[in-house]
Amino acid sequence: MTWENSAITIATLLPLVGALVIALVPRQYDKGVRALGIVFTGAALAFAIAITFTFDYGASGLQFQLNVPWIPAIDARYHVGIDGISLPLYVLTFVLSFLCAIYTWRIVPSPGKTKAFIALMLLLETGMAGTFIAFDLILFFVFWELVLVPMYFLIGIWGSANREYAAIKFFLYTLFGSVFMLLGFLAMFFNSDIGGGVHTFDIIALQDYAASGGFSHAFQLVVFAAVGLGFAVKVPMWPFHTWLPDAHTEAPTIGSVLLAGVMLKMGGYGFIRIALPILPYGAQKYAPWIGLLAAIAIVYAALACLAQKDLKRLIAFSSVGHMGFVMLGIATLTSIGINAAIFGMVAHGLITGMLFFCVGSLYDRYHTREIAEIGGGVMQKLPYLGGVFAFVAIASLGLPGLAGFWGEVMALLSSFSPAQPLSTPLFRAFMIAGGVGTILTAGYFLWMLQRVNMGTLPEKWKSQAFGDVVAVEWASWVPLLVGIVVLGLFPSLLTDVTQVPVNSLLGLFGA
Amino acid sequence: MNQAIDYTAILPELILAGTIVLVLVVDAFLSPARKWMTMPLAFAGVVASLIATLTLIGDDRSTFGGAFVVDEFALLFKVFFLTVALLVLMVSFRYIREGRFYQGEFYFLVLTSFLGCLLMPSSRDLLMLFISLELVSAPGFVMAAFRKSDPRSNEAGIKFFLFGVLSTAVMLYGMSLIYGLTGSLNLTEIGRALATPLPPGRETMALASILFIVAGFAFKVSAVPFQFWAPDTYEGAPVPVAAFLATASKAAGFAGLLQLMFVAFPAQYEFWTPIFAVLSILTMTIGNFVALQQRQVVRLLAYSSIAQAGYMLLPFALVSANPVINQDAFAAAVTYILIYAVMTLGAFAVVIAMAKESRGLLITDFAGLSRRAPVIAVAMTLFMVSLAGIPPLAGFWAKFLVFQVAIQRGGIGTALAIIMVVNSVVSLSYYLAVPKQMLFVDGEHERPLVAPAMVTAVAVLASVVVVAVGVWPELLAHFPPLSTLVGQ
Repeated sequence: MTWENSAITIATLLPLVGALVIALVPRQYDKGVRALGIVFTGAALAFAIAITFTFDYGASGLQFQLNVPWIPAIDARYHVGIDGISLPLYVLTFVLSFLCAIYTWRIVPSPGKTKAFIALMLLLETGMAGTFIAFDLILFFVFWELVLVPMYFLIGIWGSANREYAAIKFFLYTLFGSVFMLLGFLAMFFNSDIGGGVHTFDIIALQDYAASGGFSHAFQLVVFAAVGLGFAVKVPMWPFHTWLPDAHTEAPTIGSVLLAGVMLKMGGYGFIRIALPILPYGAQKYAPWIGLLAAIAIVYAALACLAQKDLKRLIAFSSVGHMGFVMLGIATLTSIGINAAIFGMVAHGLITGMLFFCVGSLYDRYHTREIAEIGGGVMQKLPYLGGVFAFVAIASLGLPGLAGFWGEVMALLSSFSPAQPLSTPLFRAFMIAGGVGTILTAGYFLWMLQRVNMGTLPEKWKSQAFGDVVAVEWASWVPLLVGIVVLGLFPSLLTDVTQVPVNSLLGLFGA
Repeated sequence: MNQAIDYTAILPELILAGTIVLVLVVDAFLSPARKWMTMPLAFAGVVASLIATLTLIGDDRSTFGGAFVVDEFALLFKVFFLTVALLVLMVSFRYIREGRFYQGEFYFLVLTSFLGCLLMPSSRDLLMLFISLELVSAPGFVMAAFRKSDPRSNEAGIKFFLFGVLSTAVMLYGMSLIYGLTGSLNLTEIGRALATPLPPGRETMALASILFIVAGFAFKVSAVPFQFWAPDTYEGAPVPVAAFLATASKAAGFAGLLQLMFVAFPAQYEFWTPIFAVLSILTMTIGNFVALQQRQVVRLLAYSSIAQAGYMLLPFALVSANPVINQDAFAAAVTYILIYAVMTLGAFAVVIAMAKESRGLLITDFAGLSRRAPVIAVAMTLFMVSLAGIPPLAGFWAKFLVFQVAIQRGGIGTALAIIMVVNSVVSLSYYLAVPKQMLFVDGEHERPLVAPAMVTAVAVLASVVVVAVGVWPELLAHFPPLSTLVGQ
């Protein structure tokens, strides 16, 4: 066991160990359980940070690889590794989980049950992190599905009024997509040949096999549809997004943060890691449709946001729009587009995670999420919270100099000149739709700020003694706020990491 | 044909038969307050039989002129059936003792059924197969009606009996035709005779008799459209009996069906694979969609067991001229049956734990169970999620193996796989109904639920298996390759 071959496994499994440890702690040590949550997510984050320091940013292949037999009976292997595409999302997972654990120090949503809450959160972290390092399709699928059960319970037990409906809808919808993905994986397996009629689930081997022209065109079209459905539901792409507003709105604050911050990225990551390189022909044929759905998502989500009365639901719909930019970038099949997608996903993770924290904290004080109920004047009542909220909302609408800007502008830029076989006029039309979307996005965020932050404080809140942002909240927010500014000012911090692997990935297209 | 009997080969059956007689005799001499002692006696007998079976591992024996065979397939199922027998005895004990049933007679009947189960995977001729199947079913008729004072239990018994007898008659008719056609009862010889081209008239008759036999077994494994008895019988019967019917009895039916289809009738696969495809689609779809409507836990599990039978029938529809796929299909079916039985038995153990305080056993009666009995609630959640096939639990790998062969088969296999995945998603919504009550809804009171220790033990044991196989599915690969039957 060396650092090189065990670091990412340890980081990924530490939260799982934490969940088991917490299950054994007696119920009465409530604060102790929360502390354990912080310790385990913190330790995992420390590993993740150490990995970023020992990562070789110049190399293009997989690093920190471990490839050992797991289930020989079905040729599934425990193959994990990390490259510049995985690394940002992998680290993001640990950052957000750690900050959620800190946030939970202050408040565990009703009905309590701290042990189960933290244990499920840790289990979720393992599932999410594992998805980003798995390089075997079966391992990938197991991690991918591992997130469903904890999230189902997080929404169903600790969610708000309509939680049961939202939880089951989330579970059924995402499962529906992923079972087709599994069939697609099996089809890839049986149609692959790495010499001597041997099949493989290994993502790298499948990429090489695909690059050598192994998969027929008809096969790619069918399997891309199956695999893409699984990813598209997770992203979620319009029109598969209907589970998202319910799940985000009903979930407890940290559930929404992790859902928006990390889980949606699993879908985009799946496209970049699996669907595109293994099924390049399918990707080229479906790209215009993905682009179309992405353009619709951007405009549709912005219009839907304008109509929302519930603050949290508004943020949820804004996620659909932001993920639309991510998918537009991916659909161009260009280096800029895919870099934009990864950048957009990381930025969205920081910004929307932060927005959900803000809405959660507002709700903890006002006990309502209705914009009309809050009725404005948050800036007067809670200057710090209002200020943070305004800052993050403006970051989310894509103000230059903040993280949200780069993902969107690069995605629009890439759709000006998409990859070779794609229709340039078509993608320019998508670009225009995206541009309209950015204007609408600015519109609904500013209008939201006007209704929530500005104006005079309604009489009924004046007598209430709300505390402004407390230390625990600052502790869990400051890293995100710093990240939003730093990535906004120095986008190359991230694009330098993703550039090399994205280029080598696009090399598989023979372009 | 006057050979010596290989007593070593039939030792497990002999021990069990001896125990059965012993239980019946001892029971007659026990005072009513001590009737419960028949259970430890039965338990000891099953343990002895299990030990005898374990000593046979690695052997390949055959006796009664090839009608009774001990091989890897048979031993796998025998060990499985005896383990299930131990678990069924454990979950029955308090239920039967406190429910004022005839205890000695109950254990006598249970063990007799299990003797049939034990014979089933060793039976390699039609007559043996028929006798073992009836030995499984006949005591079941009586056990289903064991709650004598409850009209629903009487209904359960009579329904099960009438359907069972009808199916037996149809099956027996088919078997007699096969004997007339091939002149043999031995499965391998039948397979050989049917593999040679038959004259046109006889070909039709062979197909008709296969259809009769399949229909007969479809009753036993409660496949649609022969499933009507199952929900009523499960609901009316004592819960441990329902557990037995849903696991061991169903597995015995599948063990018999596997031998018939893969050993005796593989040559006619082009005829019967479409039948199995239709049976499988109907069974899983109707089972799942009716399960969505259920309010009562045993009925929910009954329809779940119907839907699951549909998944188990799917590998039969994948049989083709390719022996590799046939072996994989066979292995997938066997693995599915075993994993299904563990999950379902665990779920029934939880229901038995609830049965004492909740007569109606409605799903809503499980409300707030996570606070009242956390261990049982967690175990039940695991069983339900595993039955729905969510990784990383055992039920996922069972489904995975079926998907794998189906996709490998291609053509009809792909279509069946798609239907099965859609069904799995549908099934999730009713499987989650129970955990939803236990975890999301508060109960009327918070008084801890005290479950009998042995019932809790069974639930915990089953959940450990579900998680262990789920996390480390390579455990399954340590089963014998299961190829001894197929591709000979």
